[in-house]
Amino acid sequence: MEQHSHITLPKGSIEKTTTTLNIGPTHPATHGVFQNIMEVDGERVVSTEQTVGYIHRAFEKLAERRPLYQITPITDRLNYCSSPINNMGWHITCERFLKIDLPKRVDYLRVIIMELSRISDHLICNSIVGVDTGAYTGFLYVMQYRELIYEIYEEVCGSRLTTNIGRIGGFERNFTNTAFTKLEKFLNEYPGVLREFEKLFTRNRIFMERTQGTGGISAARAMNYGFTGPNLRAAGVDYDVRVQQPYSSYQDFDFKVPVGTTGDNYDRFLVRNAEMWESISIIKQAYQKIQEFKGADAEIYHADVPEYYLPKKEDVYTKMEALIWHFKIIMGEIDLPKGQIYSAVEGGNGELGFYLISDGGRTPFRLHFRRPCFIYYQAFEELIKGGMLSDAVVTLSSLNLIAGELDA
Amino acid sequence: MALTNTYIQEKLVEKFNDQVFQFSTDSGILSFESAAENNLKVLQFLNEEPSLGFTFLTDLCGVNYPDNNGAELVVVYHLHNFIENIRIRFSIAVPVAKPDVFTATKLFESANWMERETYDFFGINFIGHPNLKRILNVDEMDYFPLRKEFPLEDQTRIDKDDEMFGRG
Repeated sequence: MEQHSHITLPKGSIEKTTTTLNIGPTHPATHGVFQNIMEVDGERVVSTEQTVGYIHRAFEKLAERRPLYQITPITDRLNYCSSPINNMGWHITCERFLKIDLPKRVDYLRVIIMELSRISDHLICNSIVGVDTGAYTGFLYVMQYRELIYEIYEEVCGSRLTTNIGRIGGFERNFTNTAFTKLEKFLNEYPGVLREFEKLFTRNRIFMERTQGTGGISAARAMNYGFTGPNLRAAGVDYDVRVQQPYSSYQDFDFKVPVGTTGDNYDRFLVRNAEMWESISIIKQAYQKIQEFKGADAEIYHADVPEYYLPKKEDVYTKMEALIWHFKIIMGEIDLPKGQIYSAVEGGNGELGFYLISDGGRTPFRLHFRRPCFIYYQAFEELIKGGMLSDAVVTLSSLNLIAGELDA
Repeated sequence: MALTNTYIQEKLVEKFNDQVFQFSTDSGILSFESAAENNLKVLQFLNEEPSLGFTFLTDLCGVNYPDNNGAELVVVYHLHNFIENIRIRFSIAVPVAKPDVFTATKLFESANWMERETYDFFGINFIGHPNLKRILNVDEMDYFPLRKEFPLEDQTRIDKDDEMFGRG
């Protein structure tokens, strides 16, 4: 051992009885760029330290130099599994702040898009839980139907993942007939798929044994940790922003708020599945309400707010007023009113809040995003402590952590 | 009895007298301020007083007002009472020279990372925090990027000349 005498090990590292295990930043089990430094005793987790911030992009700072409409593409990149909800949450914040009233038809169109993205968010999360418990089939199966949702986005706004959908005051264009045809196709095909997906998992012995009783949390602890969304509801608290502070006319819809009891991985899975059924029902109701608009009413897709909503291109070329507004909006020359607002929507994984402070300038003085998964990821250590390492992986995916939202 | 903003305000004034001030209802949410050293007392009262019951810390963030001498840095708490479904906004201000605030982690576990984030971006020192270190930025960073003095764009760049559009 003479030749190794120059190596000095940290004190206590030989006597240590636990193993340090590094999971991430890029690891198939993390489904995103974040790191976990775990102390494990055999296969039991003793402690863990979560490191986040690998894709931090300083959105809050960027937002301080951008007019409102330029902040929408930033919000895409928070929870990128359900970008439209973020976009619309931001538009709704602006509209509340600027006191813009929206026509009902716009609200209902938004509800359709938001519920579609809730489905695509939950679908990914639940099928990934399946992948981590060893069932790849469900994931590949439902992925095809996320494609149908993305095709609807594409028809409405032109893009698929980072959607930048809608504008302050409504949508950039009316839904085409193709969009509605695609929506109908989705509504016809998806319930059968979801039923089959549930058949694969819900009463599957292996899946139940892997998920029941792991990663559980009590309602009181979940609230103390700032849980929101499906994760809080799985612990038994029926808090849903859509019900508590309705936005975009959610009060016009009839839907249930599914809750669990134990807050474990299995309950989170069940709550998300149940929410997908509710989303389907909300979309159907909204589609029906939209079909009731006839004649000129069926052509309304934005509110009349020339200060914030870009005029039609042909009007810009032919009308003085439209040209002025176009220029002022694009150059960000519209002063905001003074004040502050906190406005929240029910995002894919919890309460997505926007705290906007304006000092009367053209850009926000300060904009803070309340990102749900940043707040509840703190509880990860408490959820997995003392459990098996393989359960920690399932817990990680069933929390629905999205790296873009963690890091902002 | 449904909880109203008026009742909350009365209750707070009754308990803290002139220690709580600047009441306003901006966009429906009751907002108020207190001195920085009272932040824990106020938060604890809001949390534990049965008739108020603000048991959920929705959000905690910092704001920098460089022109407010002696109160440059502000910490804003958003609390929520789920049962009565009412929100409240509470803020405290500290000087940038001595940005010391008591940590709320004893009351709310969720404050842990939110305070770390606020420290990371504004340099607010949360006294008593179990693990106050940077969270989103690299550990080696020696400035607080969301303070207004920190420029958004690299001022030494010469390839961008857009003074016309107010970015110069």
